Amino acid sequence: MGTSTAIRVENLSKTFDTAAVLHDLSLDVRAGELLALLGPSGSGKTTLLRIIAGLDFPDRGRIIFGSDDATQLPVQERAVGFVFQHYALFKHMSVAENIAYGLNARKRSERPAKAEIKRRVGDLLDLIKLSGFADRYPSQLSGGQRQRIALARALAVEPRVLLLDEPFGALDAQVRKDLRRWLREIHDRTGQTTIFVTHDQDEALELSDRVAVLSKGRLEQIGTPDEVQENPVSSTVLKFLGDTIEVEAIVQGGEVRVNGRLTPVKAPNGLVGPVKLYARPWQLQFAEPDQAHLEGSVRSSYRSQGRQRIEVDRPEGKTVVVEASDSGRVAAGRHVGLKIIGGYVFKD
Amino acid sequence: MSSAVAIRPPARPDRAESVVTEGRAVRWGLTGIAILFLALFLVLPLVTVFIQAFAKGWSAYFAAFQEADARSAIRLTLLVAAIAVPFNLVFGVSAAWAIAKFEFRGKNLLVTLIDLPFSVSPVVSGLIYVLVFGSQGLIGPWLIENDIQVIFAVPGIVLATIFVTFPFIARQLIPLMQEQGTAEEEAALTLGASGWHAFRTVTLPNIRWGLLYSVLLCNARAMGEFGAVSVVSGHIRGLTNTLPLHVEILYNEYNFVASFAVASLLAGLALVTLVIKSLLEWRYSADIAAGARRH
Repeated sequence: MGTSTAIRVENLSKTFDTAAVLHDLSLDVRAGELLALLGPSGSGKTTLLRIIAGLDFPDRGRIIFGSDDATQLPVQERAVGFVFQHYALFKHMSVAENIAYGLNARKRSERPAKAEIKRRVGDLLDLIKLSGFADRYPSQLSGGQRQRIALARALAVEPRVLLLDEPFGALDAQVRKDLRRWLREIHDRTGQTTIFVTHDQDEALELSDRVAVLSKGRLEQIGTPDEVQENPVSSTVLKFLGDTIEVEAIVQGGEVRVNGRLTPVKAPNGLVGPVKLYARPWQLQFAEPDQAHLEGSVRSSYRSQGRQRIEVDRPEGKTVVVEASDSGRVAAGRHVGLKIIGGYVFKD
Repeated sequence: MSSAVAIRPPARPDRAESVVTEGRAVRWGLTGIAILFLALFLVLPLVTVFIQAFAKGWSAYFAAFQEADARSAIRLTLLVAAIAVPFNLVFGVSAAWAIAKFEFRGKNLLVTLIDLPFSVSPVVSGLIYVLVFGSQGLIGPWLIENDIQVIFAVPGIVLATIFVTFPFIARQLIPLMQEQGTAEEEAALTLGASGWHAFRTVTLPNIRWGLLYSVLLCNARAMGEFGAVSVVSGHIRGLTNTLPLHVEILYNEYNFVASFAVASLLAGLALVTLVIKSLLEWRYSADIAAGARRH
């Protein structure tokens, strides 16, 4: 993975009708990296991707490819490969014609010879492991196969950057998993700078070199999957990356207390008074009442793959979820104490 | 706990029919009424046209087409269709493209305007042109000064025909193109294709059967239009008579054989159109009908 910047997004703002979808968003994409744009629907991630592609234009801000300002460059001249959620294959063309489309669309002087195009299509079909499919039509292929063809079609023009808009969104769970692994392999082999949009945390964390978490048109955090998971910068990032428990807490002298009892969580500098403490389900443990931060009665539990998740109703009326290794069923209605062994407190 | 209830296979209906179907008598009755209706109002008149046309034999039939006025009517009808159909083809495709693929102010108004010729009586359509281009009309005096004749001449007939057949192609293509969305065009653009190249290689092939279908209907109407053309034509024999107008003139002169012979030509055109239309619908229904997802 290189460290030079392939694409720089500077202070991008975009408004549709009256709704702002991007607010002053800046972001660097490194050459050769696989970057995930992660966010809930309406976070502006697809709009950002389309602006990078040149399919949409920003109200303010700039897009810089390498050292060139590409903000006003038409889509045809940006040399991006775009893969759509619903494939957008050309229905009336064979697989080979689809893949060759970008090469055939070039001006005569820049167009490779027929034999060269054929060779390149063959190579790409090998790469996506669909060698025997050159003469098929999109309607004869499964969803996963279509998306692979769409990727080969985008790669055929040797793009500067590959942009994928929810590429696995329309596929079923098993195919998604296979394709994720496969996309990672292709990326490792080609070293192609790639940005993909997803609302699926697992997909982003499993696939990408870095994750950019977007919320309401702003960049919340960007970092490696480990960084964003271990050091989320806001409750928004934390909540979006997985199940979160919220507990009332008090900060005093840098220490965080819940129900008067000290927790191992450290508060950021300068924070004093009542706050929210956020924890993952596995950052709660069952404990004796004299060591517990919280108490409640077990509402329900289920066990799966060596783990168990237990829902506990707290007297205040809120329910928290505890995840622990499976040590036998916990009876519903049992009164339990819970100890906080980790968590986060944010300034916002 | 043991159950004493005997498990019985569910009663299987003997008939292979769907549960929503009606009884035999009702079905035959309804079908019969429909066929009777069709025979009375469609087949019988059509057969009459041909019987009347051949009432005095083949030679009388063909003699009707030997006449100079008849020939000029055929020529004029072909000419009008040859101008009106390509015009509406270009307009229809452009309008459908703009409406289906872009957002702009006044889009709803444009859609309503395209529908206007469907809701206005053809006679009124013709009158509008007389009021605008006629000698007493808005720009009539200017036209006379410059020696341009629109009304009671070929330009007026072409204009009226274009107006009446305006919605045919656009109306057919708008839902089709809307249903297809813009993703394929966007894909083509990101692959480096120019807008025109994308239109030619992606948009046009996607709408080709719907387009052919609507051109066919547009052509049938352009050749058969009577009302609007009748108002602007002035019925000058050999000059401004189209086929439908010629049929009327011959009929009013009690020249039934010639009248029905010329009418049979139009009826034949209708039949050919119908056959090609059915073939297209049968073969490419999915490409013609919007709303059916195709992948």
